[in-house]
Amino acid sequence: MRRRLSIVLTLLTVMMLGVIVTGLSFGEPGAAPMDDYFIENSQSESGANNVVTAVLFDYRGLDTLGEAAVLFTAALGTTLIFRRRRDD
Amino acid sequence: MQMSRIVRTTADIAFPFILVYGFYIIIHGHLTPGGGFQGGAILASAMLLLLLAYRYHESIRHVRKTMMKTLESGGLLLFAFTALSAMALGAGYFYNWLSPGGVLFGDIVEVGSALANLNTAGLIPIMNLAVGIEVVGAVSVILLALLSGIKEKI
Repeated sequence: MRRRLSIVLTLLTVMMLGVIVTGLSFGEPGAAPMDDYFIENSQSESGANNVVTAVLFDYRGLDTLGEAAVLFTAALGTTLIFRRRRDD
Repeated sequence: MQMSRIVRTTADIAFPFILVYGFYIIIHGHLTPGGGFQGGAILASAMLLLLLAYRYHESIRHVRKTMMKTLESGGLLLFAFTALSAMALGAGYFYNWLSPGGVLFGDIVEVGSALANLNTAGLIPIMNLAVGIEVVGAVSVILLALLSGIKEKI
C-alpha cells in the first residue's frame, strides 16, 4: 500500500515537473501587463532607476514593512530562546 | 576560541572594506541591484568576522548587544515613521512625497535614462537606510545570541 502510494506520488511529481518544463515558455510570463506597467511607469512615478526597489519600497511598501517586522520577531525569538538563566 | 594571528590580522584589514561595501550597497539601493536587506546582511557579515576571529569576551566589547538591539528597534521605527510621515501631509501611508522636487533626494529622474543620480527617488533611500540599520542590528543580535551559548575556556 505504502509502496504503491509512493510510486503514484513520484509519478505525479514527475508529471507536474514535465508540465512546468514543457508547457510554459521561458521568458514569457503569464501576467505580462502588470510587469509592463511597472517597467514603463516606475521611473516616473517613484523616481527610482531600479524597478525592483521601486516595487519593494513604493508599490509594495507595506509588504516590506511586514518583512522587516518578521526579521525583528526572529531576532526577538532567538534572544528569548538563548537568554541568560539566573543560575549561569 | 581565538583564531590565529593571521586570521585576526586579515579580519582587521578586511573589516573596514566590508563596512564600506555594505554601506555602498545600501545607499545605492535605488540605482543598482541591492538595497537595505542585502547591504545589512553584508554589514552583519563584517560583525560575524570580528566575532569569529576574536575571543567572545573580547569581541563582545566591540559588537555590543545593547547597541545592536538599539539599531534593530531604531531601524524598524525609522522605517515605520518614514512611511507614516506621508500621512502628516494628508497623503496615504507609504506615499512618496519627497520624490519629485523634494528637499532631499528630490531630483527629477529622466524617464528611460539609465544614468545613475544618487539624489533621486525621495523616501526610498531613507527607507533603504532604515531597513539596512534594522537588518544589521537584527542579524547581529541573532549571532550574539547564538554565540553566547558557547561555553569557552578563557
